[in-house]
Amino acid sequence: MGLIEAIILAVLAASTPLLLAATGELVTERSGVLNLGVEGMMIVGAACGFGGAWLSGSIIIGALCGIAAGVLMSLIFALMTLGLAVNQVATGLALTILGIGLSGLIGARFVGEKISPAPRLAIPGLTDIPMIGRILFGEDAFVYLSLALVIGVWFFLYKTRPGLILRAAGDNHASAHALGYPVLRIRLYAVMFGGACAGLAGAYLPLAYTPFFIPGMTAGRGWIALALVVFASWLPGRLVIGAYLFGAVTILQLHAQGWGVGVPSQLMSALPYLATVIVLVLISRARTGGSTAPAALGTVFVPDR
Amino acid sequence: MQLVLEKRAERSSTIALVSPLIAIGLTLVTMSILFAMLGKNPISALAVYFIHPLVDSYSLQEIAVKATPLVMIAIGLSLCYLANAWNIGAEGQFLIGAVAGSWLAVKTNGTEAGPWVLPAMLLLGAIGGALYALIPAICKVRFGASEILTSLMLVYVADLLLDYLVRGPWRDPKGFNFPTTAEFDPVATVPVLIEGGRLHLGGVIALIVVLAGAVLLGKTIKGFEIRVVGAAPRAARFGGFNSNQLILLTFAISGALAGMAGIIEVAGPVGHLQPGISPGYGFTAIIVAFLGRLNPVGILIAGLFLALTFIGGEQAQIAMKIPLDVTKVFQGILLFFVLACDSLILYRFKLIFASPKVSRGAH
Repeated sequence: MGLIEAIILAVLAASTPLLLAATGELVTERSGVLNLGVEGMMIVGAACGFGGAWLSGSIIIGALCGIAAGVLMSLIFALMTLGLAVNQVATGLALTILGIGLSGLIGARFVGEKISPAPRLAIPGLTDIPMIGRILFGEDAFVYLSLALVIGVWFFLYKTRPGLILRAAGDNHASAHALGYPVLRIRLYAVMFGGACAGLAGAYLPLAYTPFFIPGMTAGRGWIALALVVFASWLPGRLVIGAYLFGAVTILQLHAQGWGVGVPSQLMSALPYLATVIVLVLISRARTGGSTAPAALGTVFVPDR
Repeated sequence: MQLVLEKRAERSSTIALVSPLIAIGLTLVTMSILFAMLGKNPISALAVYFIHPLVDSYSLQEIAVKATPLVMIAIGLSLCYLANAWNIGAEGQFLIGAVAGSWLAVKTNGTEAGPWVLPAMLLLGAIGGALYALIPAICKVRFGASEILTSLMLVYVADLLLDYLVRGPWRDPKGFNFPTTAEFDPVATVPVLIEGGRLHLGGVIALIVVLAGAVLLGKTIKGFEIRVVGAAPRAARFGGFNSNQLILLTFAISGALAGMAGIIEVAGPVGHLQPGISPGYGFTAIIVAFLGRLNPVGILIAGLFLALTFIGGEQAQIAMKIPLDVTKVFQGILLFFVLACDSLILYRFKLIFASPKVSRGAH
């Protein structure tokens, strides 16, 4: 296997959790809800996903546990922000603080255990195609699932009626409500979808990326996913580009450390975070003449009756 | 039948007063359930958490020591949050303050430097923290980049910078390869208040900060502007207040306070620069700020309470083998309940019996 092929495979794997989490958050934000708790939902998803897989011996059950954990976490968020009209920024922070504690508590008994990671696909004939076979047909199933998810979300948002209604709720909740759409219920579903994606993204880390659980293993990926949604201007297509760019930065710094470039390893490790800051600045700066964010993003909605 | 939220005609001052207490009460109930699930006796676990640290003088001093950084950081954060500027990177500003101040301690280590070293270190810490906080603030004001995400990203960067320094250029040559600087000289150390005790000068500084915060918010025009910009942005624009300038100001103040808290922690209880100097003070301070209702005196009380949970958590780990993560869970749940109870100041629940279908879409 050539070096370039190896790097591309590594980038695909590193980008997948970012893409999964960011896709979920994109749908949540398009409905008008800013859930800053992605990191918290991911880390609980990682602990529960690993626990499920370790106890059952099945990667699929592990992934389902991760999804369930993410959904449960997002329901706490929904109860607070939709049910009680609490500030979304503060609630998202609380969700992350709670998630870090919970994952430590849940994951404590799994630290040091190992599982066999999600298998890489092997389709006879296709995976063996030189150069592109391994990339297109030889990664673990989650990689392709995440891409299918983005396409599905794009189709849903732009080609279906419920998708249009969801975007309406995110752009002007008062009008959507006046037209008779149940804004809070739409947002509840969107938040739950975000939770499911974040939980799966978290579970991907111990199930496929590194086959063990360590506390805090999400290492800020949830926050980077939030930044990716901004980077993508809330458009699913650009999300893919953004996620793969960030995956590339992550892999680049790992390889550079391995090659012993004369730069402190800490500087290389800081690259994804610095890149996030720089990208946010460039993107926000380039956006002249109004923002592309959903107009009602982050605002509280209490329907008057 | 349906339970719905309804806006109150005016904010309820009764609930405003009791809501933190209700939140703490609900958190204690939830924690009891959690302890029971972990197979521990809830009553004795709560006693170890919240009563035992209050009965011996060592723990009492330790609570004040832990509350010092929490209160200092939270006062700064409360200014940001009042002005609707979301600084959540106080942890990073804390670390950079510690690094900036430690620079002088490392440079003067083993020299004949006089008692000017400590004040200069505190100043450097404050400047370092303020400059670091200004990065996200400037990105916000100048380019419109979300200060929430940028300030948080810089926490990871600060953490890595500190790690690099204590493993590389600043490592103690006599430190057996441990990632730490040499022990600071006495002139570079925050003095303790009582000989042989743990309580140090930082506690006094924290009290001064509380006082200054109260004066700033209650007695000055700047404080008034900060509150108006957050509570009524439109009114603030009509009043001619410069909200960008206030974002820069509140970020700078909160960064300076977090940075000074960082160098006090390093030059005080820790005594040298090393990784892991903060058990998440910058994040816990967010909870302190909200539990204290973004009010300086409230923050002082909330800071002492959350410091108690740190000490209680350590004691519960030793005495009852309760994992330290329980403390984080506790803090997260507490923040949830605080926010939920605060919501009832502005809203109330109402039971609706009629079918909502009739009224839908007909305003």
